[in-house]
Amino acid sequence: MQPVETSVVEALRAGDEAAFTRLVREYGASMLRVAGLYVGSRAVAEEVVQEAWVAVLNGIGRFEGRSSLKTWIFRILTNIAKTRGQREGRTVPFSALASDAEPAVDPDRFFADGRWASPPASWGPEERLLGDETQAVVDAAIAALPPSQAIVITMRDVDGFTAEEACNALDISETNQRVLLHRARSKVRQALEDYLE
Amino acid sequence: MRLFRRELACAEVVEVITDYLEGKLSARDRRRFEAHLTGCDGCDAYLEQMRQTIKLSGRLREEDIPPELEERLLVAFQSWKPA
Repeated sequence: MQPVETSVVEALRAGDEAAFTRLVREYGASMLRVAGLYVGSRAVAEEVVQEAWVAVLNGIGRFEGRSSLKTWIFRILTNIAKTRGQREGRTVPFSALASDAEPAVDPDRFFADGRWASPPASWGPEERLLGDETQAVVDAAIAALPPSQAIVITMRDVDGFTAEEACNALDISETNQRVLLHRARSKVRQALEDYLE
Repeated sequence: MRLFRRELACAEVVEVITDYLEGKLSARDRRRFEAHLTGCDGCDAYLEQMRQTIKLSGRLREEDIPPELEERLLVAFQSWKPA
């Protein structure tokens, strides 16, 4: 365990409310967003987050630091969210099979030899991308993804998890994680291109 | 005429772009990738768009947990709290 983590874990075990509040503020918003991708509603996502924190507190005495505290917390969260989603008839398959090919770009945009027939153009200056409407396009594009892709891109690109953190939190292989991320980013890029051009 | 050591095609570039950004290409493939981009405006624009896409996703991040949920969690903590 990192020294900082050791002190957080010890504080939690000792019942330090300030330490608990800090941790809730650090991960809570991200946990709620991820839980929402497994279950049907915001209300259920909030219940999942609450259940996860209770499980964290009940398990903190046994936490050995083999993974980071963050990974451990999100592993608990995703397991509870998965179970809750299944109860509601929602399952999130994480296997990204190479056979269900999803090209990143419409094949019609390339010549037969693989060169661009209709190449992408620059989106222009950054300021153009900073409006609320552009942000809403990204939000909607992520919401429209298959849940496994939405969960991976949310962890990686929205909440800034490292690849390793996302793999460990989701218990998926690095390759699988990368394939899901690739498909997700490719679709969000396409949605932005459709909107901006 | 196709060269013996053929160049990457644009249709391949868009499929390995995440491997590139994640640092997962071999040194040789990375060189091929970068060599292709130097001479291809379309793929260069595509890479830039991918970087902008990632940045825009990051702007969706909300820092704050809803106060009423935080309140409920604190209540749960207090009833758990070791005596």
